Amino acid sequence: LHSTAPPEPSLYTVKAVFILDNDGNRLLSKYYDPELYPSIKEQRNFESNIFNKTHKADNEIAFLEGLTIVYKSSIDLFFYVAGSAQENELMLMSVLSCLFDSLTHILRKNVERKCLLENMEGAFLVVDEIIDGGVILESDHQQVLQKVNYRVGHPSILLVLTTAPVLQVLQSAKDQIKWSILK
Amino acid sequence: MIKKFDKKDEESGSGSNPFQHLEKSAVLQEARIFNETPINPRRCLHILTKIIYLLNQGEHFGTTEATEAFFAMTRLFQSNDQTLRRMCYLTIKEMANISEDVIIVTSSLTKDMTGKEDVYRGPAIRALCRITDTTMLQAIERYMKQAIVDKVPSVSSSALVSSLHMVKMSYDVVKRWVNEAQEAASSDNIMVQYHALGLLYHLRKNDRLAVTKMLNKFTKSGLKSPFAYCMLIRIASKLLDETEGGHDSPLFDFIEGCLRNKNEMVVYEAASAIVHMPNCTARELAPAVSVLQLFCSSPKAALRYAAVRTLNKVAMKHPSAVTACNLDLENLITDSNRSIATLAITTLLKTGSESSVDRLMKQISSFVSEISDEFKVVVVQAISALCQKYPRKHSVMMNFLSNMLRDDGGFEYKRAIVDCIISIIEENPESKETGLAHLCEFIEDCEHTVLATKILHLLGKEGPRTPQPSKYIRFIFNRVVLESEAVRAAAVSALAKFGAQNDDLLPSVLVLMQRCMMDSDDEVRDRATFYMNVLQQKQKALNAAYIFNGLSVSIPGLEKSLHQYTLEPTEKPFDMKSVPLATTPITEQKTEIAPVATSKLPEKLAPSRQDIYQEQLAAIPEFQSLGPLFKSSDPVQLTEAETEYVVRCIKHTFARHMVFQFDCTNTLNDQLLQKVVVQMEPSEAYEVEHYLPALSLPYSQPGSCYTLIRLPDDDPTAVSCTFSCTMKYLVRDCDPNTGEPDDDGYDDEYVLEDLEVTVADHIQKVLKPNFGAAWEEVGDEFEKEETFALASVRTLDEAVNNIISFLGMQPCERSDKVPENKNSHVLFLAGVFRGGHDVLVRARLALADGVTMQVTVRSSEETVVDVILASVG
Repeated sequence: LHSTAPPEPSLYTVKAVFILDNDGNRLLSKYYDPELYPSIKEQRNFESNIFNKTHKADNEIAFLEGLTIVYKSSIDLFFYVAGSAQENELMLMSVLSCLFDSLTHILRKNVERKCLLENMEGAFLVVDEIIDGGVILESDHQQVLQKVNYRVGHPSILLVLTTAPVLQVLQSAKDQIKWSILK
Repeated sequence: MIKKFDKKDEESGSGSNPFQHLEKSAVLQEARIFNETPINPRRCLHILTKIIYLLNQGEHFGTTEATEAFFAMTRLFQSNDQTLRRMCYLTIKEMANISEDVIIVTSSLTKDMTGKEDVYRGPAIRALCRITDTTMLQAIERYMKQAIVDKVPSVSSSALVSSLHMVKMSYDVVKRWVNEAQEAASSDNIMVQYHALGLLYHLRKNDRLAVTKMLNKFTKSGLKSPFAYCMLIRIASKLLDETEGGHDSPLFDFIEGCLRNKNEMVVYEAASAIVHMPNCTARELAPAVSVLQLFCSSPKAALRYAAVRTLNKVAMKHPSAVTACNLDLENLITDSNRSIATLAITTLLKTGSESSVDRLMKQISSFVSEISDEFKVVVVQAISALCQKYPRKHSVMMNFLSNMLRDDGGFEYKRAIVDCIISIIEENPESKETGLAHLCEFIEDCEHTVLATKILHLLGKEGPRTPQPSKYIRFIFNRVVLESEAVRAAAVSALAKFGAQNDDLLPSVLVLMQRCMMDSDDEVRDRATFYMNVLQQKQKALNAAYIFNGLSVSIPGLEKSLHQYTLEPTEKPFDMKSVPLATTPITEQKTEIAPVATSKLPEKLAPSRQDIYQEQLAAIPEFQSLGPLFKSSDPVQLTEAETEYVVRCIKHTFARHMVFQFDCTNTLNDQLLQKVVVQMEPSEAYEVEHYLPALSLPYSQPGSCYTLIRLPDDDPTAVSCTFSCTMKYLVRDCDPNTGEPDDDGYDDEYVLEDLEVTVADHIQKVLKPNFGAAWEEVGDEFEKEETFALASVRTLDEAVNNIISFLGMQPCERSDKVPENKNSHVLFLAGVFRGGHDVLVRARLALADGVTMQVTVRSSEETVVDVILASVG
């Protein structure tokens, strides 16, 4: 916390990004610094520690395990971006906002666990367009969406339409409406 | 809560996670449909997603199964489904390290990277560079250069960022793309600008001139990207730091100008850069502090956090610069983000007046349980700083700390509290008893062995000297009954100290010791038996040597000597004096608390600097007969900075000899020096016995030569001497580029500054934790006393520091700290004289017009006493 050195001039800004559900389970996570938590076990410990300390209060920013962490939650999802203690907090925020806004569009504003899991490939592609190996590749969500060019609901809605009985489609639509009201 | 419950309910009903209970083997089985014709993009996409999901969950893939899946995946390049292709790129990147022969996709990726579909090109470049090694890089170099300057921003950015990743692996190849990167830097796209700047800096960062030029160009041209601005600010402040550039430099102007940028990210970066600069004056800080002040009332939590964290930093060095923000900080102490509130309070504690301390402490105690350990440590550090600033507040602080000590918390946090309490006890004698009482209570229920042993050690040291030593015995003996081996052993040592110091407690301590002798652990029993026997002798000297002050030898040195002794069977008993002394432990005197970012590794007993020298010198045949190394001095510079040759000397003292080690560096790239020696002319009866030359001294590679001196045997009081030194050597001119020397050389010499040997070189520092006991142990057989007037010295502090550095002895009992507003002081110094004789000095100082000093010296050897008094006079 009291590091004396100013940040090194470098493009490597993001140490890790991860999305957890409301039980703290990992849905997606990327670590960009090979020296930070090299094993899966360490990563999971880190994620659960962060989750325990952040999920109760929506505080946007925290300093944990020597890292600056910015976060945001939506219904049953928690989004985290971590950087070094010296990192410019606002840079990390711009990554977090870009990730959140991009997913909001891709998930048609249903930023919740079920919808995310149904469009997991979209989430993987979005993260890939925002950060490359720890470097911020893009921070404007419009640009990200354009680059990913991902058609919403593809493929699960199609799958539902062709194979599922009508009742199930209706149920799914009801769920989505319910969640958007609760939000 | 209802929401969460609903969700759970629904989950169990419909199983909404399509990836739940995913089996790796089943997914790999499914992946066989990649080989079916025609390709079903929808199903294949779903399977690829499952594979990536599994990898992301940390599922382990064997090389064979990964390679099989990877090869099957390559068939999917035949499909033109965009999302499927993008997922193929992701799979390639994820599998690059676990599958074999990933390079078979090179041609497919090269085709996509140069093809017509813009959406493919960027991602294809990034995937390709991920699987490319240095040899293959040459093959795609042409494409990379084109891609960097491509007019499609995503292509250019991808190429630049990938190049940056490859700098580590293939610097020489990527270096050739500087011109392209330069062109990209003037792109209209903000991300391309940023990435180009980042790559250019990485390629040039070792060439200060090139960095300066680059900065000049970009700070003038005005970039559009806020990220690029942040990068420029960092480069500029690093350059300012390296060149020690004054604050009138155009670089400083640039950073200050960025405080008026319209993007908050840039403004904050600039403010933070200014705050981090060393030697900033209050006037230079002011504009940065006022933008941070504005950020304090931002609706964005991240910005408030950033601002208050940076202000906290300013407050450490320049509390007055932050006072202007006190009102804004006051508003933040109720912030719902507790990290922000904590930082605000700890900042106010540094800047506020003594009167506000109580109020702030009350505020912070209302939520201290809610904040993370990292911030609790910040609070403890603030308290520690406060106690030094306002010693009168120590009772409030002590109370607060003891409450914190009772709360839950990790090791780092508890250690910070314990260290803080210990430092308060040491600074304020009147707080000793309360502090010890809190610590006693803490060890009753302490899970950290390190802290328990540390506190027991402190109790043993301080407890016996309090008015009521008996009350600590119960706490200590409880440890013997209840704790792990290490703690029990520490408790036994602490008990022994009570028995040794207090005669009326001795019988009870002996009874307790008796019980410890039946412990199940070897170490505990051994200690108890040892102390039992020492205590029963009832001799002050024995108590001092074996209970209070312990061994003063270097532990690695002792280990080595004992090992050596067991290798050579001999009739002679082992001689403790043959073991090199420990260089003083600094921990005893430390007052500040270690920063948060301490390494989490367990502390190992690292060999000290002197142990390393001992090893190096013992490896030189000429010095093997000199015995153990007694003392190594700090390096003394014998040349001015920035001269042709840089020489520094380390003085190594042995029982009868001294070895001067000259570390020489040749800073001329057109010369090779050979047979380098430093010739020495002594002013006294010191005799040069041997010169050991440095055989070769190429440009910028340091080398050492040695001079061996015999100390005068007949006159042991001749402890000081001045040597005039001349470096002599053979010069061979050489080609600055290749380092190839000429065949012929010529002799030359270079005059160095004089080297002084003083009394301090003959004395090794030794810390006696209980000086009084040591004083009695040595006894007054050879005691001598003399009074001196130090006319030129104005303060007691100055006098104390002068004596310590002159004699090179260890201050004990914290007597190097002169309490404020006192006009007399007693300084206790301990050391060992060359040859292994203990020497103790008590200096009574009185401040009148100058400082009057009465020096009393005790030693086990008379000449030593004379030497000390003669050299002081």
